[in-house]
Amino acid sequence: MANPLYSARRRRSLLAMTLCVAATGFGLMWLVMILFTLFWNGIAGISAEIFTQMTPPPNAQGGGLLNAIVGSAILTALGIGVGAPIGILAGTYMAEYGRHSKLTDVIRFVNDILLSAPSIIIGLFVYGAVVIPMGSFSGLAGAIALAVIALPVIVRTTEDMLLLVPTPLREAAAALGMPRSYVVRWITWRAARTGLITGLLLAVARVSGETAPLLFTALSSQFWSVDLLKSMANLPVTINNFINNPDPNWKRLAWAGALIITLAVLSLNIIARSLAARSNEK
Amino acid sequence: MTSPIKLDVRHLSFYYGGTKAALKDINLSLATNEVTAFIGPSGCGKSTLLRVFNRMFDLYPNQRAEGEVLLDGQNVLSTDQDVNLLRSRIGMVFQKPTPFPMTIYENIAFGIRLYEKLSKSDMDERVEQALRGAALWDEVKDKLTASGLSLSGGQQQRLCIARTVAIKPEVILFDEPCSALDPISTAKVEELIDDLSDRYTIAIVTHNMQQAARVSDKTAFMYLGELIEFDDTSKIFTSPAQQRTQDYITGRFG
Amino acid sequence: MSDHTVKAFDKDLSDLGSKIAEMGGIAEKMLTDSIDALLRLDVDLARATVACDPRLDALEREVEERAVLILARRQPMGIDLREIVAAMRIASDLERVGDLAKNIGKRTINLGPETRLPRATVGLRHMGQLAALQLKDVLDAYAQRDLERAKSVWMRDAEIDALEDSVFRDLLTFMMEDPRNITSCTHLLFCSKNVERVGDHATNIAETVHYIVTGSNLPVDRPKG
Repeated sequence: MANPLYSARRRRSLLAMTLCVAATGFGLMWLVMILFTLFWNGIAGISAEIFTQMTPPPNAQGGGLLNAIVGSAILTALGIGVGAPIGILAGTYMAEYGRHSKLTDVIRFVNDILLSAPSIIIGLFVYGAVVIPMGSFSGLAGAIALAVIALPVIVRTTEDMLLLVPTPLREAAAALGMPRSYVVRWITWRAARTGLITGLLLAVARVSGETAPLLFTALSSQFWSVDLLKSMANLPVTINNFINNPDPNWKRLAWAGALIITLAVLSLNIIARSLAARSNEK
Repeated sequence: MTSPIKLDVRHLSFYYGGTKAALKDINLSLATNEVTAFIGPSGCGKSTLLRVFNRMFDLYPNQRAEGEVLLDGQNVLSTDQDVNLLRSRIGMVFQKPTPFPMTIYENIAFGIRLYEKLSKSDMDERVEQALRGAALWDEVKDKLTASGLSLSGGQQQRLCIARTVAIKPEVILFDEPCSALDPISTAKVEELIDDLSDRYTIAIVTHNMQQAARVSDKTAFMYLGELIEFDDTSKIFTSPAQQRTQDYITGRFG
Repeated sequence: MSDHTVKAFDKDLSDLGSKIAEMGGIAEKMLTDSIDALLRLDVDLARATVACDPRLDALEREVEERAVLILARRQPMGIDLREIVAAMRIASDLERVGDLAKNIGKRTINLGPETRLPRATVGLRHMGQLAALQLKDVLDAYAQRDLERAKSVWMRDAEIDALEDSVFRDLLTFMMEDPRNITSCTHLLFCSKNVERVGDHATNIAETVHYIVTGSNLPVDRPKG
């Protein structure tokens, strides 16, 4: 105990730990403040009408976010519906078929760029590629934008999760005389199932809060809108529009919408994490 | 007691890519319904050799084998050999137990379904037969629908053996099947190998010389990709002809 | 031969070897002393010879225990396995040689210094010398793992057997000449049998040396004289 070197080391260790805890606390503080503000402002707006009534015109009383919630759900579902199969198949190619090929390295590189691309750029791209040729904003364009955002997330998690499946398992399957496609479908996908689902849920969480790409694609709408070829109401853009307006009713709805998105994303994250934890236990 | 040759290896060389041979001109033959053990230090090529027999190396690019491996006289290395059919004839059990992520029943039935269309009752019978063959039936008969992953390591390994036996191969390759198992499970697997040896031609790679001595009829000692000595197990472990074999089995290496 | 990776194994084996060497020394000495004592009717030397036997027995036990321990601990293979099996066999042969010498010593004590020895003892002396030489040779062959020497010991045993036959005939004649000689001659007969047995043990050891070196056994049938 009396060793001076040891006590000096102890002091340094204590200092380092204090700094780490302080930094963590600083980061957590903002998160707590954001959540607190969100709850403080949003909880008042939560009511049954939010889920049953359309967005109100400006300077009116009441109203809800039904069209925006339904629109967001449709856009997210479509985006994931398009992005997931492509992403999972691409990730599967990279991890199972093309593990040693140059193409896989290229795909991975491009995918990582796409993963970190600002979503507004993707919005602009879809605006140029879909909205302008079609002549109008549309739910379809919004869904495509979300699919493009979800895609790299899914590709990445799929590849990572499949790479975690131990090679001997594939070899054991192959050793029974199983063709490659069977091995992928019945063995590796199964072994990585929880990981793949986790990846999908994370992708859903990622796209469901995106505002920027939707501004240029689905736009938004004040009305019940389920026609994919027309502009479609959605929560993020609605919040964006409502919060910037002096109308207190709109402001209230914007906060409520923000809270709903946050809670949805939060619960998706929790589900994803508990799934991942459960698969780790095995 | 010379049994007919099941697997005949002729002038086999193997490359993991490049020009450095991992196996150099191997010549040996496995007799029908005999157990042949492969021993040698790590990296001597014994597992590589096993993986040539069922063309496991095909899964990886750049790996190539030269020479011939004749299964009942037919060269399995020829390009017109269907690898999946080959692997149904030459089964393999791996170092770490590799149960599939499905139920115990499905682990067995899955492989059978690849080759045979059986009615439910026939399939039940085959699964039971395979599990009995692997001395696992009594331990799992009440939980066939439990996940294969829920079994202990030794049970998982026997499940893998059952799975391999279920598709009725002719040759079974064991790649260090007991290295992850405790002595009791090891003994059970060895007992199983002994039992299987009346019906199957068996090749086993092991780091445990005593195990090789216990289970095999013939033993091959390999070193740096070469086959140094291949003889009756009783001869190899009591009075080998080659000095390098002697040094290895008595622990005088390097 | 190079050393084992596990150094303690080398020590185990060399310890075993030195125990055998010690046993060999004792057995050799007991044999020559017992025959000397018999032929000179030296009761003191005979007693001293008898007194050596417990040490030999104890050594044999030790060799056996150590060998079993090495088997359990190191699971020896190849040459090592043969060495250990051989050590156990040789120890038991040497222990038997000691027993036979002890028996000769006891008979000497029984005969006492007053007995009149027949002339057949010349053959017996020759047998004793030959057996002692055989034992010495075979122990040297063991120490040096000398296959040729072991083989020559193995071939020479026929000589002792032939000598025993002639000693037997001499003693028989002597007994027929004078029945008072029967007691002493019977003792001598047993002694000659004992010496012949020592020769057999030397042959056993020669076979064991052959096994250590080659891993194979000599043919069951030894050339008979």
